[in-house]
Amino acid sequence: MARLISRYFEGFMSQVQRKAVALVSGGLDSMLAVRVIQEQGIHVEGINFYTGFCVEGHTHAIRKKDQGKDKRNNALWVAEQLGIKLHIIDIVEEYKDVLLNPKHGYGANMNPCLDCKIFMVHKALEWADQHGFDFIITGEVVGQRPMSQRKDTMPVVARESGAQDRLLRPLCAKNLPPTLPEREGWVDRDKLYDFSGRTRKPQMALAAQFGFSDYASPAGGCCFLTDEAYSRKLVDLWQARGKREYEMDDIMLLKVGRHIRPAPHYKLIVGREEGENNFLEGYRKIYIHLRPISHTGPLVLLDGEASEEDLVLAARITARYSKGHTAEQVTVQVTTLDGVSRELVVAPLSPDELKPEWHL
Amino acid sequence: MARHQLDARRLLCPMPVIRTQNRVAELQAGDVLEVTCTDPGALNDIPAWCRINGHKVLGSRREGNEVIIEVEVGDGA
Ligand code: SF4
Repeated sequence: MARLISRYFEGFMSQVQRKAVALVSGGLDSMLAVRVIQEQGIHVEGINFYTGFCVEGHTHAIRKKDQGKDKRNNALWVAEQLGIKLHIIDIVEEYKDVLLNPKHGYGANMNPCLDCKIFMVHKALEWADQHGFDFIITGEVVGQRPMSQRKDTMPVVARESGAQDRLLRPLCAKNLPPTLPEREGWVDRDKLYDFSGRTRKPQMALAAQFGFSDYASPAGGCCFLTDEAYSRKLVDLWQARGKREYEMDDIMLLKVGRHIRPAPHYKLIVGREEGENNFLEGYRKIYIHLRPISHTGPLVLLDGEASEEDLVLAARITARYSKGHTAEQVTVQVTTLDGVSRELVVAPLSPDELKPEWHL
Repeated sequence: MARHQLDARRLLCPMPVIRTQNRVAELQAGDVLEVTCTDPGALNDIPAWCRINGHKVLGSRREGNEVIIEVEVGDGA
């Protein structure tokens, strides 16, 4: 009788629908990883984290010239192609500690990739436990990325995230020790892959096999922290403030306009086109700002503190980027934080007076 | 079948989607949520999110700089 019951129980167990939550970035690798696991009869849902540094959307939404472009959100697009649900999670606040104090340091720029991966897998694990999911999958490939996807760092992610052997990387699983879903037979290890290295060929072949086309370009281009110019502006911000911290507005503004620092105590953010000027408009109440009125030209925000002399220089720089840059004089309206505006008549800064090192 | 409003003005994508998602999670099937955004990208993203997650877009319209999207909450299937 007992045996019968246990047979019955086993039969029941084998019919349990196993569930996996996938980190979906919007790139090809996570898309492939999900499909590989779906093909094994696993129910998959996606999770996508918003750190505030994601390239997705923003800049396209701001710059006028980009507004005609396809503004699809790649993570949503991928989820739709795969027929899975996608949960987008705002981690802006919690992410600050990851970026400001990465235990494993930074990559080539201000990208704390290893800590970031550990954090994301940890959050996915929490989500999985709350929602009754069995394991986590990612599109990671051994040797693909210099920091977070090395043979020696992949176990670090599994261990420090707490996911341990509930973290499965379908695209390179055969290069790694068997994980829980493989050992339990929820997924067949033989049907997983052994991709490694920086080549994209195996991914592209698998994409063709699955009939995926029109997917977003390779991973890495989706995060501002891997961008050299952006990282430089972020470091400059911390140096100027004398402390490493940021608010959402700061990181948004680093994505917009030309950043010019004529002196350590202030910098200017100069709108480069109409879309950026409109975006900067939204910050007029919290920054000193300048705008040429005798000629058309940019809206300029001043971040920091400015003496009368600084304001004159700021006005001359503003004039330099206006239609009146070759004129003798340009009238620039300056509005201070108390909302009071006045006009300064200045000579536009000549190109050689604008020092190259002021450009961030 | 209650109607609800969500102000997602001045947020850039994907924040309007995240706010919509979090609000919808608190509502009942059949409820309608009217989301007001200023990022036109929401016109792509919110409907895409609805299709994936089993909700329905009843309609969307532009009013000046704003886009208004009406979402009917699905049954979570
Ligand atoms: S590129 Fe950005 S989002 Fe991706 S792992 Fe690195 S820090 Fe995180």
